[in-house]
Amino acid sequence: MQTSDLIRILPEIILAVAGIVVMLLGAFQKQNAGRMHPAIALLGLLGAAGAIAYQYPWRSLDPAFGGMLELDAFSAFFHILFFLVAALVVLSSSEYVAQERLASGEYHALLLFATMGMGLMASSNDLIMIFIGLEISSLASYILVGFRRGVATSSESSLKYFLLGSFATAFLLYGIALMFGATGATNLTEIHLALQAEQNTVTAMASPQLTPLVGPVPTALVGLSIALLFVGFAFKVSAVPFQIWTPDVYQGAPTPVTAFLSTGSKAAAFAVFLRVFMVALEGSAQDWVWLLWVSGLLSMVLGNLAALLQTNIKRMLAYSSIAHAGYILVAFTAHSEEGVAAVMFYLAAYALMNIGAFAVVSHFGNRGERYVEMEHYAGLGYRAPLLAASMTVFLLSLIGIPLTGGFFGKFYIFRAALHADLVWLTVLGVLNSAIAAYYYLRVIVFMYMHPAAEQIPVERVRPAMGFVLIFSMAATFLLGIFPQAVLDFASQAAALLLENLGNGVL
Amino acid sequence: MPNYYIQSYIPILMLLAVVILLAVGMLVASYLLGQHRPTREKLTAYECGITPTGDARHRFSVKFYLVAMLFILFDVEVIFLYPWAVIFKELGIFGFVEMLLFLVIVLAGFAYLWKKGALDWTKADSGGL
Amino acid sequence: MPPVTPVHYLFLSMALFTIGVIGVLTRRNVIIILISIELIFNAVNINLVAFSSQFASISGQTFAIFVIVAAAAEAAVGLGIIIALFRNKETVNADEIDLMKW
Repeated sequence: MQTSDLIRILPEIILAVAGIVVMLLGAFQKQNAGRMHPAIALLGLLGAAGAIAYQYPWRSLDPAFGGMLELDAFSAFFHILFFLVAALVVLSSSEYVAQERLASGEYHALLLFATMGMGLMASSNDLIMIFIGLEISSLASYILVGFRRGVATSSESSLKYFLLGSFATAFLLYGIALMFGATGATNLTEIHLALQAEQNTVTAMASPQLTPLVGPVPTALVGLSIALLFVGFAFKVSAVPFQIWTPDVYQGAPTPVTAFLSTGSKAAAFAVFLRVFMVALEGSAQDWVWLLWVSGLLSMVLGNLAALLQTNIKRMLAYSSIAHAGYILVAFTAHSEEGVAAVMFYLAAYALMNIGAFAVVSHFGNRGERYVEMEHYAGLGYRAPLLAASMTVFLLSLIGIPLTGGFFGKFYIFRAALHADLVWLTVLGVLNSAIAAYYYLRVIVFMYMHPAAEQIPVERVRPAMGFVLIFSMAATFLLGIFPQAVLDFASQAAALLLENLGNGVL
Repeated sequence: MPNYYIQSYIPILMLLAVVILLAVGMLVASYLLGQHRPTREKLTAYECGITPTGDARHRFSVKFYLVAMLFILFDVEVIFLYPWAVIFKELGIFGFVEMLLFLVIVLAGFAYLWKKGALDWTKADSGGL
Repeated sequence: MPPVTPVHYLFLSMALFTIGVIGVLTRRNVIIILISIELIFNAVNINLVAFSSQFASISGQTFAIFVIVAAAAEAAVGLGIIIALFRNKETVNADEIDLMKW
């Protein structure tokens, strides 16, 4: 290990240190001294983002830790996205944390740890590191989901998330072990080479006393392993048929945490999903593309249909999040450079609009999340015009109306799918976005056209929350009017990710 | 290959048979030969000669779970020390510093727990957990 | 005595994996479900160590150490969540954890 290795994980180091500092401050400070925690968390995130910038240009250093971490443009893109998401969540949860009297030190520490794990996931090029990153981020989010300790629904969703999540992780892990058994490698590029040559590799770390068994790669093991890996990742991105946990967890979790899970965790899961399947398993694409096809279609249909029936806004957004995972899988099914870029763009656009929407829901929810039903939103268009207007923007973007980030997200996804000759999937996807418009518009109709049965109290918007709303609204419009810069970055990252795979170099 | 297996397990099977026979034989013999005069006192659960109080299946304090949780964590962290100790000399000063950092992080967690009162058995509310 | 080949280990680990999966799917006590999940993690460890000796590569064993630690951390978090839920609901039965519909 050298200094360059440490520079590679500088963002993660900064986040971990900031997290530990916040955690200890939370324990050792006097009561009600929680004002510093968000500030330290934001500083940590800023420092980590600075570390990413410092690493530029990302490909100049060799992969760190013997090829375990790869800091390319792909991982830099996701790092920046995670830091942005985490910062927005920290800002938008300041009201919530004070209102619900959550332990502010632990809350921010866990957010930082989860972000750190997601960062590791995005840059890991080795199944071991992927597992470690995944565990760090999931363990932190299991706790975050149950953070309203006095509330039974919160503990319940935390337990459901934990049990199903660790079950899925166990599947993933078994898949990793089988892949290691089949190819003799845990490094993604080495797995790619082994699968291409149909010959297992023996890593450089082989010990001299034992004679390694070199032989052909057993196809049955690889197939089984791909299936298990798919189960693990599909769970993490909440794709059908592994979406069962999503609505309950999103409903019971504190709203800012829901925002974090539906954007940050989902993006991180897609990052590893993409890297594993596009880098390591690209050679056997014909084995897994149909899985993505079916799962993507089912996610869109089921997510949208179930969302139509919901009256709880958080639950509705949870089902919509399943549907969005479906759209992203459509681009993934294309398994092309363009598809990867479309996934990345969509994740960024989705993160910004969804965080905005959940910020509004969190603000309206008031103490104890009392007002999260659709009927509570009646008449809010006139009583809280600015909040309602921003909610409208986010919902329109979730539908995919032009001028918003959601439009170009969907546009790039369906373009990538068409270029990969996935005509049917594209047609069904477009039909689904039309269905989705109904339940998003219903919220808008409630806000502007229904008389209020009950005058729910609307608190004053604090500056931090106002900043989050303005920022995510501006970003949503920016992505909808000038998408080119982000898309170019995503395309370059995708190209770099896939560049050397075709000819088996690396 | 299957033949080999059975052959190598024969002594174990024999031992198993002897053990089962012996145990069952002793139980049957004492049942047949002994006298039976059950009284209420004799049928109660044996608690070192003291009259039993309450049900044996009463609920454990939640603190046991807390201690179990903490024990698992700090117990298993030690696993990283083993491989490190084996190649301690080859790693040199760098490995030493690295492990110190790891221990500092573990200690930070420990300090947190201590301050939170999770280790205080007598405290009514078991800390923030 | 015939040698124990990696295939034997593979079968052992698959048996453990299957027992774990069945345990998760059929048991109703959340603590038992947690134990079943730990069983799967151990099945993975057996696989990793066996393959590691097959390939004469150390990375599988290294991985196993990390899996053990992650499993312990997961167990600790799980116990914490179960305690929190028990304080709110006084049950560890998965069938009674039904405030929100599945």
